[in-house]
Amino acid sequence: MIEIRKIWYYLTRYIDNFLLAGILILMTIGLIVLYSATGGNITRVSNQVINILIALVIMWLIANIPLQQIMRLALPMYMLGLILLIGVALFGEINNGARRWLSIGITRIQPSELMKIALPLMMAWYFDKHEITLRLRDYLGATILLLLPVLLILRQPDLGTALLIAASGFYVLFLAGLSWRIIVGLVTAAAASLPILWSVMHDYQRQRIMTLLDPTQDPLGAGYHTIQSSIAIGSGGIVGKGWQNGTQTQLDFLPEQSTDFIFAVFSEEFGLIGNTVLLLLYLLVIGRCIAITANASTQFTRLISGSITLTFCTYIFVNMGMVSGLLPIVGVPLPLMSYGGTSMVTMLLGFGILMSIQTHPKLVKT
Amino acid sequence: MKQHVELRNHPVELRKFRMRLTISTGFVLALFLLLYARFYFLQVAQQEHYHTLAEANRISIAPLVPYRGLISDRNGRILAQNYSAYTLEIVPSKIQDLETTLNELAAIIEITPTDRQRFKKLLKESKRFKSLPIRHRLTEVEIATFAANRYRFPGIEIKAQVYRQYPEKEMVSHVVGYISRINDKDLEQLESNGELHNYRGSHHIGKIGIEQSYEKQLHGITGFEEVETDAAGRSIRVLSRTPPTPGNNLILTLDLGLQEVAEMAFGDRRGALVALDPNNGEVLAFVSKPGYDNNLFIGGIDQENWNLLNNSIDRPLNNRALRGVYPPGSTFKPFMALAALELGKRTAEYSMSDPGYFSLPGVSRRYRDWKPGGHGRVDLHKSLVVSCDTYYYSLANDLGIDNIHNFISQFGLGRKTGIDIEGEVSGLLPSSAWKMRQHKQKWYAGDTISVSIGQGYNLTTPLQLAFATMIIANDGKAYLPRLVKQIQNSQTGEVEDVSAKLLYSLNLKPKNLEVVKSALVDVTRPGGTAAKAGANADYTFAGKTGTSQVVGIKQGERYNEKLINERHRDHAMFIAYAPAENPMIALAILVENTGTGGSTAAPIARQVFDYFLLGKLPETDLAHLIDPIRNHVHDHL
Repeated sequence: MIEIRKIWYYLTRYIDNFLLAGILILMTIGLIVLYSATGGNITRVSNQVINILIALVIMWLIANIPLQQIMRLALPMYMLGLILLIGVALFGEINNGARRWLSIGITRIQPSELMKIALPLMMAWYFDKHEITLRLRDYLGATILLLLPVLLILRQPDLGTALLIAASGFYVLFLAGLSWRIIVGLVTAAAASLPILWSVMHDYQRQRIMTLLDPTQDPLGAGYHTIQSSIAIGSGGIVGKGWQNGTQTQLDFLPEQSTDFIFAVFSEEFGLIGNTVLLLLYLLVIGRCIAITANASTQFTRLISGSITLTFCTYIFVNMGMVSGLLPIVGVPLPLMSYGGTSMVTMLLGFGILMSIQTHPKLVKT
Repeated sequence: MKQHVELRNHPVELRKFRMRLTISTGFVLALFLLLYARFYFLQVAQQEHYHTLAEANRISIAPLVPYRGLISDRNGRILAQNYSAYTLEIVPSKIQDLETTLNELAAIIEITPTDRQRFKKLLKESKRFKSLPIRHRLTEVEIATFAANRYRFPGIEIKAQVYRQYPEKEMVSHVVGYISRINDKDLEQLESNGELHNYRGSHHIGKIGIEQSYEKQLHGITGFEEVETDAAGRSIRVLSRTPPTPGNNLILTLDLGLQEVAEMAFGDRRGALVALDPNNGEVLAFVSKPGYDNNLFIGGIDQENWNLLNNSIDRPLNNRALRGVYPPGSTFKPFMALAALELGKRTAEYSMSDPGYFSLPGVSRRYRDWKPGGHGRVDLHKSLVVSCDTYYYSLANDLGIDNIHNFISQFGLGRKTGIDIEGEVSGLLPSSAWKMRQHKQKWYAGDTISVSIGQGYNLTTPLQLAFATMIIANDGKAYLPRLVKQIQNSQTGEVEDVSAKLLYSLNLKPKNLEVVKSALVDVTRPGGTAAKAGANADYTFAGKTGTSQVVGIKQGERYNEKLINERHRDHAMFIAYAPAENPMIALAILVENTGTGGSTAAPIARQVFDYFLLGKLPETDLAHLIDPIRNHVHDHL
């Protein structure tokens, strides 16, 4: 009895129970929806269970590492990520018309995935280093750190990922206290340059934006995804069509049902009530993350946990926004629910960091 | 602005951070509220609308691929056409275990290792929900066998496919080119041109030749079909149909009969021939020997055939007429002669004594004439008729390289002609500025000497030479060389003529032109270098022979054909037009590694002219292959 208690203690010592509970509930919902989306495909579901288990182990490992150790990893991870991105640009494998993957012997990796964690880590580390003398120059340095990987990913081309990684870096800048004047200036400049941007855009890029405004313009292409997922969500109504009863899903009108569009499956089968519950669950997890961030003791931990939290929110918003026709179609999975190992690992790696921040003895700077 | 260094005050910093965090939280909440509003809009306000749509959503949309336009020669002989056959296609995303499925499939229908390899390659390049062919051109028996076993293979279907075919194969492959599967690069191109939507359902795209350059005309507009499906997703009936618009047919300027005669005249020799209509720039024949079977490329060429073509010493994939660069040799001389007259450096009457060599003042090196001992007294007329080198050596020295460059570049040598297929190379017409740019060296007087007889740095394509010859033949009119004569709307049958495009006119003095042109006629008469080819012609035949050096010959050495490796022998060149007083055809011929132009290239021109102007077929046992009915030639005469 004592032994079991001891083991339990070691297992849960650095785990934040509240956060873990939220994550596990969302993952379970994800599995249930995945079962329906794949038409009862047990192989798919068990693959996802394995993905989840691997991700949980990684989260546990990270949670057990004190933050000072993680901080040391920032620079090497960032450099490795950059080198791999350059490698992709030079020797990457072409898949679906973009160069995103790098073959390394037995397996292949997508370095932009690593950057999702490495960039905020690096920037948080950078601000922590320069904490004493935070000046405009330091923000400029951080911006360069941000732009290097983002531009490399833009080149692949992978606009969606580039924007998301840029966002995770921007959150660090914002939380580190980037002057409001600069932020307002940037936003104004961006708004003012929109008409100019429009005039220099390629026809196909304009087409994509037009498709968002009026999906019926391109019923065979990008518009098809938006139309079908809007129909799925809308026809779900208040109570939904019931588990495994969504016609959009079961008749294959919905594209990419188990990955990027899994939310449409959920929404069709569980309706507005389901959506309400799901949004509240996500908000609970987010709330816990914000609480951890607010109580973090050092500049580094505050910035990294803040960035991870806001990035998590961004993924949720962008995914649900694109599935419900608010945003253009960019390949962003729904955190904790979409099928796929990579995004699951990245997400839980982030939560591992948050747990480590929360559960390790807090250092108070003297 | 707080520009000074500031030691941070922790409670203040923390407060500031929490402020920022609160703002962020507010922002997140606002966005989630926006999402919720959207859900409410879709699921409550618009629920009925979407419910109806979902009920009606037994409809799937399928693209309908248009027929690709046909390509024919000017007399309607087909060069590219379509035929229907069945393929077996797999949608990878619908298959659990691809390897097992393929093995099961192979048990009932033959799937060769090549098929598998090709499929795996496609699999890597394509999206998972795209239907990919595993087998082409199924037989009736195979179709029946698969139909009986279809229930075992969800995600695999038989599809009717339209295939491209090139009946004339090697003969016109360098003009027609080929289509092949759309690859990543093509997709990128299509996307940036905003044409991707029109290729949904299309598997092929023009890769080279007319098929590539006129892709827009040939492809047509993709239609689509709304199909109602049952609960299992099988189609029950077609609800609406936006039919595809087939691509336009192209009628080329080529005369296939002429092309065949030219091909035959070459026999097994390598080389190129480009014949233009001097009245409008239409390309009448465009030969690059050897050709290749363009049908091999349509479904993706297999490794074995590719190696065979790509590694062949004869380089059949090389479009010599368009992309081969050769020193023009003595075919350069008519342009030099015109330069001399137009720039006032020589008169028609001026003559010099040719000792068989030329030396620059104060230099001992001798530039030899091709004829030991020389040609005696030579004037401009004779210099062309007997192709005297010495005359041009001394002329070149008087003109200087930049005069030569500036004058002759007007005839299009050393730059792209702008013909309507892609891949043309520009060759080189040297100048002192070019040498400084390229080699960081000044131009030497000796360099000009070899340029004057079309050697040295000179490099031209057979197409450029034909273009230049056309400009002499029609007294200075530079027409854009064109391969497409007409574009036919395949639905209405309406034919639109592609009009001739006069690029520019040269202002050449008629008197000077007359001097050069009369000499070119005498080249094909007794005493001229092409006298044999011109013997007993029923029309006046103007031409100029040339020999293009492959390897340089050192000072004091003599060129001995028998001692030289076959591939290092000189290329034979010939430019010509006929009838001289009213030219209807102008051409340039290159025959690789066969020696002098007069003996091997000029006879080809004779056969081509005889056929084009008189309808006369070459006397060979292959003559029966050619369609003898050729009316339009006689209309011309």
